Amino acid sequence: MFDGGKIIAGIIVFVGLMTFPFWYNVGQAAYKTPELQLPPKDVATQCVESAEYMRAEHMQLLNNWRDWVVRDANRVYTSKQNGAHFEMSLQKSCMKCHTSKEQFCDKCHTAAAVAPYCWDCHIAPQEVK
Amino acid sequence: MKTNRRHFLKVAGVTALGLAAGAGTAAASYLPHYDHVTPNHDHLVAGRWGMAIDTRKFHSKEDFLPLVQACHKDHNVPTIPGKQEVKWLWTDSFHHSFPTEPNEFLSEDIHHRSFLLMCNHCKNPPCVRVCPTQATYKRADGIVIMDMHRCIGCRFCMAGCPYGSRSFNFQDPRPFIAEQNKEYPTRMKGVVEKCNFCAERLAEGKLPACVEASEGKLIFGDLENPESEIRQALAENYTIRRKPDLGTDPSVFYII
Repeated sequence: MFDGGKIIAGIIVFVGLMTFPFWYNVGQAAYKTPELQLPPKDVATQCVESAEYMRAEHMQLLNNWRDWVVRDANRVYTSKQNGAHFEMSLQKSCMKCHTSKEQFCDKCHTAAAVAPYCWDCHIAPQEVK
Repeated sequence: MKTNRRHFLKVAGVTALGLAAGAGTAAASYLPHYDHVTPNHDHLVAGRWGMAIDTRKFHSKEDFLPLVQACHKDHNVPTIPGKQEVKWLWTDSFHHSFPTEPNEFLSEDIHHRSFLLMCNHCKNPPCVRVCPTQATYKRADGIVIMDMHRCIGCRFCMAGCPYGSRSFNFQDPRPFIAEQNKEYPTRMKGVVEKCNFCAERLAEGKLPACVEASEGKLIFGDLENPESEIRQALAENYTIRRKPDLGTDPSVFYII
């Protein structure tokens, strides 16, 4: 094999660089689902849909709510879960129960390193210190 | 196995059925579902919303103040001095408001009168035509409204609007909002904004904030309903509109 040493050394460097994220994180704590602050039981015990649905689909739900309200002027949502009616509004519905953006929204968004731009315009509730 | 015509047709038929069933459910899951969303129970409806402003009933700048304040407070409109001003509702003189009414020897009264200005919610809105993202669009009830989520801040609409009804956010407006209305969003840096005929209030069965604050000096209603209060007012009084020669067909009328 011509230049075997160089090729093998190159392959070792290449594999080392490609697997950098894996061995860099070896020994570090595994990802843990953040603990969210849920609304007190006397305020609400149930979200507009089931917790599993909200966890997986809230981004899609909020996108749909946005379009339905702004473009179609439909403002009332009927829950698929129990037929209850909710006003589709981030500020007037969601954040009336989830009163802390820091303790609810930000927990997962920070852990997952996503930065939704909701709060560029929408006003988050005052944080209680 | 030997393929004959009969066998081929059988297999083709079953395959077509299967494809149709699969495509149907796939399409159903992609199409938006409207079955569980509805308008508010007590929302106001109209064929075409319009406003008549009785300019005879406004005597001084102070008469306009409650209207402008009500609007700007409701919609979190910032108070920014100078060229970066953001406004939904404002006033100006006759010659600035109606430059295409070049009457000589104008009556002293009209000459000194101020006129309440806002988005005219045109029937033929140039801002909607020029918007590249359809952020500005016209609703079925005639309201020209903005989807702030889509605005990219190109300002074509500001060039398109012949009435100066649109303001650009050159900076983050939040520091300039004295008291936030927590029920309504603010805007962000780099988007255009304007009057929305209080679409969010109409959805709750309330009249626009300025109409409510005007104590009868503004008349708001359905232009397509001949029985409506606004049509009565238009039938009984002489009204003018801003720059009618442009063909935008404004929905805001001024009783002179």
